Amino acid sequence: MNLTLKIWRQQDATATGKIVDYRVTGIEGDMSFLEMLDVLNEQLIHKGEEPVVFDHDCREGICGMCSLQINGEPHGPDRGVTTCQLHMRKFKDGDTIYIEPFRAKAFPVVKDLMVDRSAFDRIQHAGGYVSVNTSGNTIDANAIPINKDDADDAFAAATCIGCGACVAACKNASAMLFTSAKVSQYALLPQGQVEATDRVLAMVNQMDEEGFGNCTNTGACEIECPKGISLENIARMNREYLKASAKG
Amino acid sequence: MGGLITSSIARKVAMALSGLFLVFFLLQHFTINFTSLFSAEVFNEISHFMGRNPVVQFVLQPVLIFGVVFHFIMGFILELKNRSARSVKYAKYDGGANASWMSRNMILSGLVILAFLGLHFYDFWVPEIAYKYINHLPEDATRYYGELAHKFESPVRTLLYVISFVFLGLHLWHGFASSFQSVGFNNKFSVAATKFAKAFSIVIPLGFIIVAVFHFFNH
Ligand code: HEM
Ligand code: SF4
Ligand code: FES
Repeated sequence: MNLTLKIWRQQDATATGKIVDYRVTGIEGDMSFLEMLDVLNEQLIHKGEEPVVFDHDCREGICGMCSLQINGEPHGPDRGVTTCQLHMRKFKDGDTIYIEPFRAKAFPVVKDLMVDRSAFDRIQHAGGYVSVNTSGNTIDANAIPINKDDADDAFAAATCIGCGACVAACKNASAMLFTSAKVSQYALLPQGQVEATDRVLAMVNQMDEEGFGNCTNTGACEIECPKGISLENIARMNREYLKASAKG
Repeated sequence: MGGLITSSIARKVAMALSGLFLVFFLLQHFTINFTSLFSAEVFNEISHFMGRNPVVQFVLQPVLIFGVVFHFIMGFILELKNRSARSVKYAKYDGGANASWMSRNMILSGLVILAFLGLHFYDFWVPEIAYKYINHLPEDATRYYGELAHKFESPVRTLLYVISFVFLGLHLWHGFASSFQSVGFNNKFSVAATKFAKAFSIVIPLGFIIVAVFHFFNH
């Protein structure tokens, strides 16, 4: 198939970007969206033009690096997939596709479609860990009995790959789904209790400092999340935060 | 503790609590209005009680006004903050693909309600305050029903009220259930609680519409 692409081009973080139109030809339905961009870039290189910069790494839906707002939705029209898992058969010959970077003040554009998501790393660093003594006397994790439901919920929260689709989808550019997943994976487990109070306060504080917006429960994040992270995590984080604030 | 006032979550909870408080008030207000469909006497009696009772007048009324003002000012603050969180807008943004219109337009429905409150205060509250506290007119425990019925002789006013109640319903359709999530309530009872909230957001505004339309035709 042949497509018209409307792609955001921006030279660097300080430049003002704009949407540029491209024609790409010879696209197969079995290609992934990123492969389609590879084809475009080859065609651009042949013409002596500068290829489009975009983020990617694993290309199998586990690393969270690929991003892209495709026709107004993060990771495109499909559900439960990242952009590398999005197949071109979701589009028709002759389609026009808008391709923009994930937009948030806290995710500044580096170049073209590549954004800096290190705000997420800083939220993680603020408290998304447990201090476990690993100096030779580690306790087997299975030695601590954990309710199966809690274990399952903690595991589900831990599947967040930090892609930022939740922020990109949210009309408020809120990072509540990501942060709540990172808070929940520990809040649900006994290993996470020791630092529970400090963790939620520090992570929410960091989230606010990064300039993400405020959650208004539209639910867009949950629908666009490639890993199906549940809104229940946000309610849990709200509870954890209120509990922690009361403790001081 | 400082975070309890300025943090995003604290504001979200404050928004939800003030909203829930207004929902509670709305139910009370509706119950009183509803009596006017059946009995002018009962409506007059309750209105007279509400209008003269010092607890209602000097405690509940200021609390309510504070609640409304707090809610919409916080709403504006959050709206501005949220807009600034995405400085460069998307060229194409399909908001309807993943979130309801109601949830994306709370500020719009809120603004319509705010404009309505202006009209509503002008219609009932200002004359009431003038009657009691400025002109010091004699007590008349039977005047309320007539005042109410008189207001809804106007088709324009009736229409404006009906439109406002539709927007109130849209605001509550998202807002009421959303407030549960904001205060951290999301568990096995949530499906039922959400159903209740959605039903409330239809039934109560519809009830207000029925009251307005009833008095429009009933003269
Ligand atoms: C006076 C004009 C009003 C304005 C400008 C306004 C504005 C807003 C805004 C911007 C939100 C935030 C959206 C969100 O967090 O989802 C909100 C939420 C809410 N509003 Fe209003 N509103 C007004 C009146 C009312 C009234 C009269 C009621 C109830 C009868 C009400 C009930 C709620 C509820 C329950 C929420 C949800 C809070 C939450 O999500 O946690 N609002 N309002
Ligand atoms: S919560 Fe979902 S959408 Fe958000 S960063 Fe994690 S995996 Fe991506
Ligand atoms: S490239 Fe790793 S998730 Fe898409």
